[in-house]
Formats: sequence, structure tokens, C-alpha cells
Amino acid sequence: MMDVILGALFELLTPERMMFMMLGVSVGLVIGVLPGLGGIAGLSLLLPFIYGMDPTSALAMLIGLVAVIPTSDTFSSILMGIPGSSASQATVLDGFPLAQKGEGARALSAAFFASMIGGFFGAIVLTASVLAARPIILLFGSAELFMLTLFGLSTVAALSGGNLAKGVASACLGLAFGMIGAAPATGEYRMDFDTLYLSDGVPLVIVGLGIFALPELFNLLRGGGAIAQHNPMGTGWIQGVKDVLKNPWLVLRCSGIGALIGAIPGIGGSVVDWIAYSHAMQTTKDTSQFGKGEIRGVIAPESANNATQGGALLPTLLFGIPGSGSMAIFLAGMILIGLQPGPAMADRNLDVTYTIIWSLAIANFVGTLLCIALAPGIAKLTTIRYALIAPFMIMVISFAAFQATRSVYDLMALFAVGILGLFLRRFGWSRPAFLIGFVLSLGAERYLYQAVQFSGWEFVTRPVALVILALTALSLWAGLRRSQSNVNTEGAADESRATSMLPQVAFTGLLLVFFGWVILEGLKNSYLAALMPVVVGSLGAAAVLLVLVFQARGATTAGTTNFDQEASATDNGPWPFVGWALGFLALTLLVGFFAALAMFFVAFLRVVARCGWVQTLLLTAAACGFLLILASSLNLIFPGGLLQEHYDLPWPLR
Amino acid sequence: MTQIRRRSLLAGASGMLAVPALAQGVDFAGKTIEWVIPFAEGGGSDVWARFMAPYLAKNLPGRPTVIIRNAPGGGSITGTNDFYQRARNDGSTFIGTSGSTQFPFLLGDRRVRYDYANMPPVLVSPTGGVVYLPTRFGVANASELGKLRDQELVYGSQGATSLDLVPMLAFHLLGLKVRHVFGMRGRGEGRLALERGEATIDYQTSSAFLTQVRPLIEARTVVPLFSWGVLDEAGNVARDPTFPELPHFVEAYEMMHGRRPSGVEFNAYLAFFGSGFAAQKPAMLPRGTSPAIVAAYRQAFVQAVADPELQARKGEVLGEYRQAVGGNIQRLYEVATTIDADARSWVREYLTTNHNVRF
Repeated sequence: MMDVILGALFELLTPERMMFMMLGVSVGLVIGVLPGLGGIAGLSLLLPFIYGMDPTSALAMLIGLVAVIPTSDTFSSILMGIPGSSASQATVLDGFPLAQKGEGARALSAAFFASMIGGFFGAIVLTASVLAARPIILLFGSAELFMLTLFGLSTVAALSGGNLAKGVASACLGLAFGMIGAAPATGEYRMDFDTLYLSDGVPLVIVGLGIFALPELFNLLRGGGAIAQHNPMGTGWIQGVKDVLKNPWLVLRCSGIGALIGAIPGIGGSVVDWIAYSHAMQTTKDTSQFGKGEIRGVIAPESANNATQGGALLPTLLFGIPGSGSMAIFLAGMILIGLQPGPAMADRNLDVTYTIIWSLAIANFVGTLLCIALAPGIAKLTTIRYALIAPFMIMVISFAAFQATRSVYDLMALFAVGILGLFLRRFGWSRPAFLIGFVLSLGAERYLYQAVQFSGWEFVTRPVALVILALTALSLWAGLRRSQSNVNTEGAADESRATSMLPQVAFTGLLLVFFGWVILEGLKNSYLAALMPVVVGSLGAAAVLLVLVFQARGATTAGTTNFDQEASATDNGPWPFVGWALGFLALTLLVGFFAALAMFFVAFLRVVARCGWVQTLLLTAAACGFLLILASSLNLIFPGGLLQEHYDLPWPLR
Repeated sequence: MTQIRRRSLLAGASGMLAVPALAQGVDFAGKTIEWVIPFAEGGGSDVWARFMAPYLAKNLPGRPTVIIRNAPGGGSITGTNDFYQRARNDGSTFIGTSGSTQFPFLLGDRRVRYDYANMPPVLVSPTGGVVYLPTRFGVANASELGKLRDQELVYGSQGATSLDLVPMLAFHLLGLKVRHVFGMRGRGEGRLALERGEATIDYQTSSAFLTQVRPLIEARTVVPLFSWGVLDEAGNVARDPTFPELPHFVEAYEMMHGRRPSGVEFNAYLAFFGSGFAAQKPAMLPRGTSPAIVAAYRQAFVQAVADPELQARKGEVLGEYRQAVGGNIQRLYEVATTIDADARSWVREYLTTNHNVRF
């Protein structure tokens, strides 16, 4: 055993293989820093090159990339308030306020250090359990998976913001959005307006970017200045490490949660950070700082998301079942270099497995060092006027969005969800709750249906299911107990008490109409496909109705339901910038993405950022050049518009 | 001017027969050729194309670069529709589809805008699979299938109109009582359900069967029943070269019922079996591509498949199956992409009655 483990290490420690790992780590670092782009884009980038490579080098390269992404994606989460990838959404909640307070260094070093420990933890779990994990993974049948989705949904109680009814309604809204497309039990298409695009459902990356990144971007633009006004980093490097060391059990528990949820095929890592975040909230005595810059809110998701990678490798290697989108591509990479995952990975191919584990550990270590080395430079971005950064952000976010299906519909969906996110943010409807509902929606429906089909309603009495149910109850109780202390996921409540209730009431009314529509659409289907939409629609409608009753009683009696971030705004709100984004979209529909982007850059930099012509043209050229390099290495055609319908233009205008 | 000259050249070329010699005039030197895959990175079709691409590049006239362009979404209908309507037919782009693209076409899905009959095929890759079930049912092999007649079995399915339509029709023909539990994402989840004891019958494609199910057979927890088989040159179902010791589906049927299957239901099964397995992955050029270019591609695929390096490395991706190239292609392609009208309406009726599928 020991000789296999050490043998795998020496196998890896050749200059050539370490070089390939560094290549993977470097690509992962860049991809992770770019908002919205994560493991899927990074691995797609490397996939064409691994053909014919020495298998150990190829594995080291791919794992190097996978391992570093949940570390490097922290940069944009903390410094820009925009999730670097779906694994770091929860980090934004407290990391960004810390950066705005001038404690960016502390937040970053705590995040990196926690990430590294989480990564090591994942590697250790993998080492220890690869021989014994098969029976454990087989314990989780559809009954247990359904209970796990319930457990995930129970975190809504802690993340519902200042008002529980609003939190439940937000989660229902997310659940309803998640049901767009084919129903798992019958394949019937729901709420898809008869379009091919929606028949697959709204892609997760688009929902994540639309709901979190765009609203943040529009609102940062309003300020007119830079993200951090003074010293963006501060001097808290040591403090961050100390913060992690002060919370050893939190780090270990969250790493454990990450590794476990990653290891169970079917749940996926996209909610791990939220589960860890709500866990931190439930286990902290004084929750008053959450959402305003609580360091535990950074440590928890960051230690969990790196550990997830180690866990997710278990089902990938042992069963050939990818635990996440990026694992699916990793699997393809393995097959292309002639390795078929399966039981042999814990037996005949054990050396390969340990090569992977060592790569994971080493890449985590190297990745952390690189991130720390790069941090001061990257942090300078926060001192630049945001109007100069925003067009680059819009470019990267739209680029990331159309990775989903490579069509212009991705952009439309992005901006549509972005506008929804803007309203949710403004009126204090918890966006984390929305996202959790969205991610777990189809899982909850699928596993409930399958569990009833496989074992009847007795499925609830299966022992593991009962254990998870107990945990769910515990998490609910802890969450509800905390929610009285008024934790806000959407900003400070005190400044957001409006005197005019009209905008809020109008939006709440719209939500009510939406839930009514969900019920009606649901009823069009056969029983199995109608059940979930009707239940979710009714629950959502009830919660919204409750909110509406309170809101209708006037500004003061509305209590915690009264929340409007624009209550004391004196400018035009984010709308001028939404207009710019929609203008960009309209231009894309006319002349295609690439040409539209160039024009948008010039116009935005001239008009909003008030740059001189030289600076404008230089920045535009830099953006276009960067985009072309990325797109050509991914073999992408940009989404076309009316122009491309009629004329066959050369790439990149095609 | 050049435009007109090229057109008249093409018109002249199309008058001739598609023989390899015709490919002489085609040269892709310095060009980049796009192989469109209407699925996301990392799927079976993506791996297949990425594996084949370098060998194709090596053998096309002028040794162009061949890149894979993924166009995911809409269950592969979006990308294929788009290709069918917009692709340039100058040989610079071609498409590789899969059973999941053929099935909606065969079923008459109204969202389909492509017609296989108009796209000239250049390669057809078969695949196979094996049906197995837990040892505890006391069925040692296909000859004892009769024991299962009154037993309810459970199958973890990806959906009624997915590739799992083939096992659905097969179980129906055999007269097995199988409950289909939908919502599996990939055959891997179906296998996991069987290993957990939730599902009681399953099939895996050949490579997954070899790596994942063989250990279970050695541990005596499951027994293999029959393979789907392959199609020989005459279009008859024959044993799978990967599993020559296992009977194929038609043999298993004969063992159970003492006669060969026939009739509209069997025709329907054959169409979807062909499209989903025996001729699962066809590669095609856009409609209206000149015969010279078609010939060049066919020639290149003949040479690519014969490449000793490809033969040495094909294991995990292509398996033991004979790739249909050159002159062998048309027959298999037709099997994958056609269905007679009676069989189609029977399947549609069957799916609507039993599984609420709306067309």
C-alpha cells in the first residue's frame, strides 16, 4: 500500500510531468480568476491537447487545473463581488464587504489558506476511502438522495434574509425556474414556450451570473468610483491565516461536508458553498456580522469547495459517473488517454488513482502559493475606476454565459435573469435561497419520483434516509433560531425601509401572478409532471400572499417585509446601465457578438468612462485580442445576428 | 468570376460517379475543417470525434487541420438543425450525430428540421451493449429467460424517447414485464441503481460493460443475458464481436419463444436498434456537397480506419466493431436513418398509450 502511494509520487516528480502540472495550474488560475468561467471551460481548453500525451502528464495537467479553480475563483468573488465560478458564490456574501472595508488581504489570505486545507483534506479523504468508498456510495439510493436535496433546501431557513416568508418564496421561485424544460419523470416539456432553447432548462452558469454578477455590476457602476476607495488590500495577510487557525473545527467540518457532498453522485458541487455557509451561520453564536464581512463566512465555503474536488473524484474514478460538469470532461480526458475508470481504479490501476491524488495535493499547494504571489497585483484592479473595468466584466460574463449552448439565446437568458436578480436584490428577496431552489429543483423532483417508484412511500423509513432527515430537522431548527436575529443576505436592512410601498407591492404582485402561472402550466401535464409545479407554485403563492398582506398594511406595519434598497436613492438607479447592457444585446442581435462587443467598448468607454480616443482604442483592442485568443483556442464561433443570417463573413465576425 | 467558374466545375463534377479517383481534384492544404458535434464536450460523441479527428486529418488531401466544434443544446436537435440549414457545403465542415439525434428524426419530432436522406454519409460507427440482471432471479443465461415471465422487473431509464427506447421495445417484444423508472442521467446511474438493488434489469454499452459489469459477473452478483448484436453486410442481426459467446437479442427471443420475431413491432425494434446501436454514430457532409468532396472524405475515412496506429489505440473508444466506411457505408446508414411508416406510427402509438408521450 505505502509503496504504491510513494511509487505514484516518484512517478509524478519528473521535470516533464511537473511542467505539465504547472501548465494546468496556470491555465486554471487564469480561468478561475475570470468570472463565470470554471472547470468546464478550463478543461475544454486543455482537452484537444491531451491526445497522445503520456498518461501521467495528462492527468497531472487536468487535475492541476481542476484543483486550482476553487482557489483562484476567490479573487473575483472577494475583490469584485462577482462569483469567480459557481463554487465561490457564497464567498461573495462576506468576502466582498471585507474588501470594501479595506480588509481584502485578510479575506484573501483566509480564503486561500482555508482552500489549501480543504484541498489537502479532499486528497486525504480520497486516499483513505478509495478502497472502501464503493459500499458507502452505494448506500445512497434515490431515497437518500431525495433526503439530501431536502437537507440542501433546509439551508434556505438560514439564508432567507431578514424575512422567512420572503426566503421561502425566493426558494420556490428558484424551484420553479429549475423546472423549466423536460420533466424527469415523464419527459414532458414544461414552461418552455415551445422553444428548443428552454427545453433543456436554463443553464446553471447563466442563472448564477445573472442573479449575482449582473446586479452587482450595475450597482457598482452607479457609484462612479473604484471598488475600494483607499487601500484595497490592507495588511491583514497574517490576520487571515490566524483567522483560519482560530476556527480549526469549522474548517474541518466544512471540508468534510464538501468532500461528502462531492462524493455522492447526483447532488453535485454547486450548492456545497451555500451549505457550508449556512452551516457556519448556524454554528456561530453572534451572527450579526454575516453578510457584512464575517470572516467565518469566507472560511466555510472556501474550505468546502476545494474539498469537494477530492470527493467528486470518487464516483468519477470508481463508477465512471461524473459528480459534476467538469468531472464529465475529466472522464472524457481519461478515456482519450486510454484509461477507463471503474472498479480497477481501486485495484489494478491503483497507482493511477494515487497519481491523481498526489497531483491534487501538490496542485492545491502550488496553486495557493501562486494565488498569494499574484494577489497584490490583482488587487490593484479594485483601485481602478469601475467604469473602466465594467466593459471587461460584461465581456467576460457574456462570454462565459454563451459557453452554455453557444447561442445568442444564452445572452438573452443572461440579461433576463440579470434583471430579475436586480429586483430580487433591490427588494430583499434572498438570492442565495433562489439559487439553492434552482439547483436542487430537478434533483428533488427526480429522486422523489424514483424513490417512490423503487421502494414505495416506505422509502422514508430507510435508515440512512432517517439520519439525513434528522440532520435536516436540526439544520432547520438552527436556521430558524438564527433567522430571528435578522441576518441579511441582501445588504443592510436599516437603510432599506421605504416609505413608499408601491414599487415593492407591485413586484410582490408580479411574483404572485408568476406563481399562478406556474400552477396553470403545471396542470397542463400528466399527474407525475404536474405534481411538483403545482406544489411549488402553491407554496410560493402562499408565501408571497403573506408578504403582500404585510406590505399592503403600510410602510411601518410591514415590518421585515419592507425592504427597498432604492428607498433613499437620489440617482436614476441602475437603469441607465441596464440600458447599456440591453443596447449591447440588441447590437449583438443585429451585427453578431464580436462586432457588437467592439462597438459597445468604444461607446461605453467614450461616453460613460469619458476616456480619450487613444485609451479607448487601446482598451478595445486589448479586449478584442484577449477574446480572440480565448475563442480560437476553444474553437468557438461567436453568436451571430441579423447580419450573419444574410452574409457569410470570415471568422471572428461569422 | 471565380465563383461562377467554381460553380460550373461543381455542376460538372456532380454528373460523374462517386469513385475515389474523383477525389483527385480536392485539396484542403492549409485549411481548417470543422467537425460539428451537436453535444457538449466530454460526451460519448465528443470523445468519438476527438479520437478520430487526427487520423482523418492525416488522410484528407492536403492534410488540413481538423477541429471539433461543439454545438450543444436542445438534446442535439439545435446543433443539427443549425448545421443542416446553414453549413457551407465546400467540404470545410461536416457533422457527427448519434442515436439521440436520429431518434427524434425517426419518431417525427416536430422540432426536427434536418433530413438524413439529403446528407451524404462518410463514416458510420457501430456500438453495442449487453443486457444483464442480478443472479438472485435464478436465471443462468438467455435460455432460461422464460422463468422471468411472471416476474416484475425494474429498469432505470433515461426517458421513453431516449436511447433507452431500444431496451423498452426489446423487453416489450420478449414479453417481459418491466417497469421503467425514468429520470436517469446516463446509463451509469442505471447501473448504480441495479447495484443498489433498486433496479433489477439493466444494460451497459460494451466498454462500460467490460470495465464495470465484468467484475460483478466474476463476483457472481449478476449474469449477462444477451447482447444487442450487430448488423452484418446483408442487414441481418449477428453476434457482437466483443461478446462472441453471448447470444444476441434475436437468438434470445428464439430461445424464449421458439420462433423468430416478426411483424410491425419487430420492424420498429430493428429501426431503433439500428439507429441506436448497430449504426449509432454517422458522420455526414452537408446536403449538396459535390461528389468529389464526398469521395475524398470517404477515401480519407477508409485510410484512417485502416491506420495501424488507430487500430492499436481504438480499444476504449471504438471497441471491436467494424467501422462502416467507403462502399459499405450506404446500407448501414440507411438502417440508422430510416423507418417504415407503419413501424413509426406503431411506436408513436405505443409511446403515447404507455408513457404519455405527446407528438
